[in-house]
Amino acid sequence: MNDQFISIKNVNKQYDKVTALENVNLSINKGEFVALVGMSGGGKSTLLRLIANLEKPTRGSVTINTNDPVSSTRVMFQEDRLLPWMNLVDNLSFGSKNKEDKRKARRLLDLVELGDFADQYPTQLSGGQKQRVALARALMTDPEILLLDEPLGALDALTRRKMQDLILNICQKNQLTTILVTHDVEEAARMADRIVVMKNATNLYEETCPSNKNAGQIGIVADKVLAEILGESHREVKYA
Amino acid sequence: MQRSIALPIHKERTLKLPLNKVLPFIVPIVVLIAWQVSSNLGWLPSTILPSPIAVFQDGISLTQSGELPKNLSISLYRATLGLLIGGGIGFILGFINGMSKTCRLLFDSSIQMFRNIPHLALIPLIILWLGINESAKISLVAIGTMFPVYINTFHGISSVDKDLIEMGKSYQLTKKQLFSKIIFPAALPQIFVGIRYALGVMWTTLIVAETISASSEIGYMANNAEDFMDMETVILCIVIYAILGKVSDLIAKSFESLFLEWKTLGRNNA
Repeated sequence: MNDQFISIKNVNKQYDKVTALENVNLSINKGEFVALVGMSGGGKSTLLRLIANLEKPTRGSVTINTNDPVSSTRVMFQEDRLLPWMNLVDNLSFGSKNKEDKRKARRLLDLVELGDFADQYPTQLSGGQKQRVALARALMTDPEILLLDEPLGALDALTRRKMQDLILNICQKNQLTTILVTHDVEEAARMADRIVVMKNATNLYEETCPSNKNAGQIGIVADKVLAEILGESHREVKYA
Repeated sequence: MQRSIALPIHKERTLKLPLNKVLPFIVPIVVLIAWQVSSNLGWLPSTILPSPIAVFQDGISLTQSGELPKNLSISLYRATLGLLIGGGIGFILGFINGMSKTCRLLFDSSIQMFRNIPHLALIPLIILWLGINESAKISLVAIGTMFPVYINTFHGISSVDKDLIEMGKSYQLTKKQLFSKIIFPAALPQIFVGIRYALGVMWTTLIVAETISASSEIGYMANNAEDFMDMETVILCIVIYAILGKVSDLIAKSFESLFLEWKTLGRNNA
């Protein structure tokens, strides 16, 4: 399917005198996995927040072609943002008394391999486990769009790799349209169908990732993207 | 597939736990023994400080005569009612100022100005307005307890992690749900700090208020005993205030551990 599910047209975002986004145009297809990469201050997270409807653009439009764009979009933040006073089931169901909600929460905790921890509290979990709970919470309302704002940034390499596989698996199974913000170009190349490089408040460059995700291909794509982010200096250092 | 397994919580059994429970009692017990021995040896004349046993016996006889339970219940009634009124107003003001920027701008600076007046300095004004009856004493306790609850509720609500509120909004929680699921539980530890502080203020205010003019309660008992040089009863009243303060703090603490159980949980504490 090649319909434009998310359409971002001429978007500008201004915070007082700072321009966070300038004339951004981007289209994302249904079921596509797009990674936004770039250096800090490039506008990646701002763009994600606009898609999540957490902020409004100063100019331009963000359109999501679905009946209820707000409830079909869920965000997983860099911090887990779990409620420490609720156990995991209640964190997913926001303390709902509805039995079906609780059953669904337990099912999703099973999906992220934390079924045995359902009645425990977030303070009893490790960083990686907390992020898995945050992922399960994002899936509670059966979203069509999953927005990932550097959710793996604080995790160690092994946990990070495991989480990447888990997220990919879930996104593919549920045919979720996914946008991942990350600093890690290898992570982007491993997970995404398409990489969008954000630089100086706009989207400068796009790279389509091959479906064959072997280490060599990932390395080639990551290298090309890194060169776009860092400019000629990267090429000079790498190939000197 | 390899699965994570929640391990059962093993509480470490060490000799530290009983010692932790015993240690806080050692100083009071040593003081009581030293006090009693000093009285028995005549180092402390009963006109200066009667022995603990004499104070205890006085407590029993006043309990048997019904005087102590009657006065105690009146003091407890005033303290509780004053705390409920003052704490309730403090909570409501803290809540509206914490939740609404307009209310904060409108009320907070005036409340802060009023808060800086020592509430016991209002005694002459309260007597002129309300006389020396029940309502004057309850009002004083209410004014004294209002500010600690206000400050802590306001601070607790206004310092809730903005990321959690944003998360709640992104999950489309209603305003009511945002308050009940996120803001109130997040502010609760700070609100409890306010309540515990208010309990201390409550007893201090009550002691002062009850010595102004009264015909029945612990303060009256102490004043009356002073007139008759009844040192046992004077000391008994002081001990009762200390016990009431400690008991009310213990009640607040147990509520705290009931509602804030999650704070004691953790990977290191488990």
